[in-house]
Amino acid sequence: MSAPGVLALADELGPRGRRRVRIATGVAGLLLLLLAWVAVRRLGDRGQLDWARWEPFTQWSVMKFLLLGMVNTLKAAAAAMGLALLLGSALALLRLSRTAPLRWFAAGFVEFFRGVPLLLLIFFTFFGLRKYDIDISPFRALVLALAIYNGAVLGEIFRAGIRSLDRGQTEAAYAMGLSYWQAMGLVVIPQAVRRMVPAIVSQLVTLLKDTSLGFIVTYDELLRRSRSTGQFFNNPLQTTVVVALMYIGVNYALSRLARWLEVRQRRRFGAGAIIVGGAEDLNTVGLVAASATDDLEPTVA
Amino acid sequence: MDVVLDNLDVFVRGMRTTVSLTMLSFGVALVIGIVVAAFRVSPIPPLRAVGALYVEMIQSSPLVLLFFLFYYGLTKVGIQYGEFTTAVIVLGGYTGAYVGEMVRSGINAVSTGQAEAARSLGLTFPQVMRVVVLPQALRTIVAPLGGLFIALIKNSSIAAVIAVSDLLYEIDQLSTATAQPIPIYLGAAAAYLLLTVPSGILIDQIDRRVAIRR
Repeated sequence: MSAPGVLALADELGPRGRRRVRIATGVAGLLLLLLAWVAVRRLGDRGQLDWARWEPFTQWSVMKFLLLGMVNTLKAAAAAMGLALLLGSALALLRLSRTAPLRWFAAGFVEFFRGVPLLLLIFFTFFGLRKYDIDISPFRALVLALAIYNGAVLGEIFRAGIRSLDRGQTEAAYAMGLSYWQAMGLVVIPQAVRRMVPAIVSQLVTLLKDTSLGFIVTYDELLRRSRSTGQFFNNPLQTTVVVALMYIGVNYALSRLARWLEVRQRRRFGAGAIIVGGAEDLNTVGLVAASATDDLEPTVA
Repeated sequence: MDVVLDNLDVFVRGMRTTVSLTMLSFGVALVIGIVVAAFRVSPIPPLRAVGALYVEMIQSSPLVLLFFLFYYGLTKVGIQYGEFTTAVIVLGGYTGAYVGEMVRSGINAVSTGQAEAARSLGLTFPQVMRVVVLPQALRTIVAPLGGLFIALIKNSSIAAVIAVSDLLYEIDQLSTATAQPIPIYLGAAAAYLLLTVPSGILIDQIDRRVAIRR
């Protein structure tokens, strides 16, 4: 077997080709080692590898401080995701509604909130509302902004999921005498939801990353705690690296989960991922579909 | 709304910075993305590993964290650029990880029969790529790439946290100065929509023109 992904692009390598690949592997490996050595030297020269700068992370009190920050991050993400799922379902149903003004309203809502940066929404829900004496806590302001933004994105995902079903499903349901809501509830939505699960999980990764913007409105989450820890021990580089690893751990696990769900689904239902038209949001779209195709290649070939 | 109309020049100045920040970062992202995709499909294991590591790590990190890492962290090892340059590097590097995945998925989306047919006609590997695979792959990723571009316009607002004077930074200053946040935020939303909505329409047009009808 040659490398995955290049299977079809080139012939199986002959002896000379294999030797070339071996040489290139050696050269690339050496270059990478050299690069790593330069980086370590540089860190060492500037005293960034000194034990004193890393030692705080062996103290339980420091790690506990950061881990509780992660808990706050997860709390905000969970609350926002719950609300966003509700809002997204409502928006999707409105957009598929048979009453035109409802469709227009939902379309306008989605277009507006997907076209505006999340940070601006957070400004709005925190500084904006406070200005008018609405005493909103940082947590609520952050969750509200995240829920509105992700609700708009999820609305699109849901709509695409429902649209991706074969029309025959709805037609068959109507032919059996089911009403609109019965057809939706018994036939369309249960099938659509299964297809949407991977996209929802990967949207959760985006949402979790975006909770870090909460530091601007003084919400006491992981990134804010990383800033204060870095300032306290005068080791911003080291703290950022440790915190980055924490984020990467959680998000990587979530995106593997999304990928696994996607692959399993394709095997089981033979159905494609939903590809949301336009891939407006960074994580939602193509990527889930793309990674799944790679993983599946061996079974297809 | 007077406060918006009176300060239109501030909005225009901010939009100009946002547009140039987005354009430059997208250029950087395309270059990085193509390199990463090439690494990930190359037959050389260390390069594949580096490509995969880069994509997974960047996609799992919050963008603000990368800004902090670059802006406050790397100064400690003597790597220091101006705010705008830092923002271009961070936004370009971040978006580049996504572009790389898209280019790779575009290549993989071209049916294997295409490359096999090209090879059986006697085309060499570079010819297979240039004449058969890439033209099809690039057409399929126009829409997702366009989506990334729009996401980048919005993400560029995060550069405000390191005091790059983009649209968001300018309107933040303005709202503090005038103490009228709501009209200014609404004006800013309109300004961002003025950038994102036409981009969406343009991308749709391009996609329609180049799409392969099967």
